[in-house]
Amino acid sequence: MDKPTDATRRQFLAITGSAALLAVTLRPAEATPAMLTSAIRNVVGSAVVQTGKVKLDIPPLVENGNTVPMTVSVTSPMTPEDYVKSIHVFNEKNPQPNIGNFYLGPRAGRAQVSTRIRLADSQKIVAIARLSDGSFWSVSADVIVTLAACTEEVD
Amino acid sequence: MPSALINVPAKAKRGEIIEIKTLMSHIMETGYRRTATGEIIPRDIITSFACRYNGVEIFRADLFPAIAANPFITFTTVATESGKFEFEWIGDRGFSETASASIIVE
Repeated sequence: MDKPTDATRRQFLAITGSAALLAVTLRPAEATPAMLTSAIRNVVGSAVVQTGKVKLDIPPLVENGNTVPMTVSVTSPMTPEDYVKSIHVFNEKNPQPNIGNFYLGPRAGRAQVSTRIRLADSQKIVAIARLSDGSFWSVSADVIVTLAACTEEVD
Repeated sequence: MPSALINVPAKAKRGEIIEIKTLMSHIMETGYRRTATGEIIPRDIITSFACRYNGVEIFRADLFPAIAANPFITFTTVATESGKFEFEWIGDRGFSETASASIIVE
């Protein structure tokens, strides 16, 4: 490995102070809306995603992005003929667009799943449900995060 | 030491929809954090969770780093018969844990 020249090092040290804060916002790993779109395409394929039926309960303003409670529910009779097969949750700005995939069936009785998630930034959350007839339904919610997840350093 | 917390009603009426709450203690290291010296901390997460009711899978989940530490998952099922729920968590670095709970359906 080449050692940096003294000049480079001086320049580096000179900007270190201000860069420390900047580094947080310049994290290289950040999902983009394009990644969100492609992650959704991976699940739904070429199917049309309709808006409705799905409800996403998540606080609109969270203080701590490290643990955000979230409940997704889908309006469905949950009978063997008409039920929710799976629920997929995505985000816009975490390093990865996926949050979780949940597979259920008519035996669930109610199409509802809760968990706790991490949010690295204020962003949009998208929940998509796959029904037994092959249709996809979605909902999105915007969440403002004051303390982001996964930016802190660890000793 | 990994440990699970499971909340399943001890008794239910046949046909009743019951709620199952599960929590597995796990760091869920995202793989995106760095140490003070700049090294990336390798990912160490639970990647999959499943629940079987008397041997039949009734719920399954794929987890990603965006799931908070100590994954807490709540779902529902119809109480069909007395028996046993088995829970399984699988993750990075060979992580594999199981837990079970029983129910009496009247």
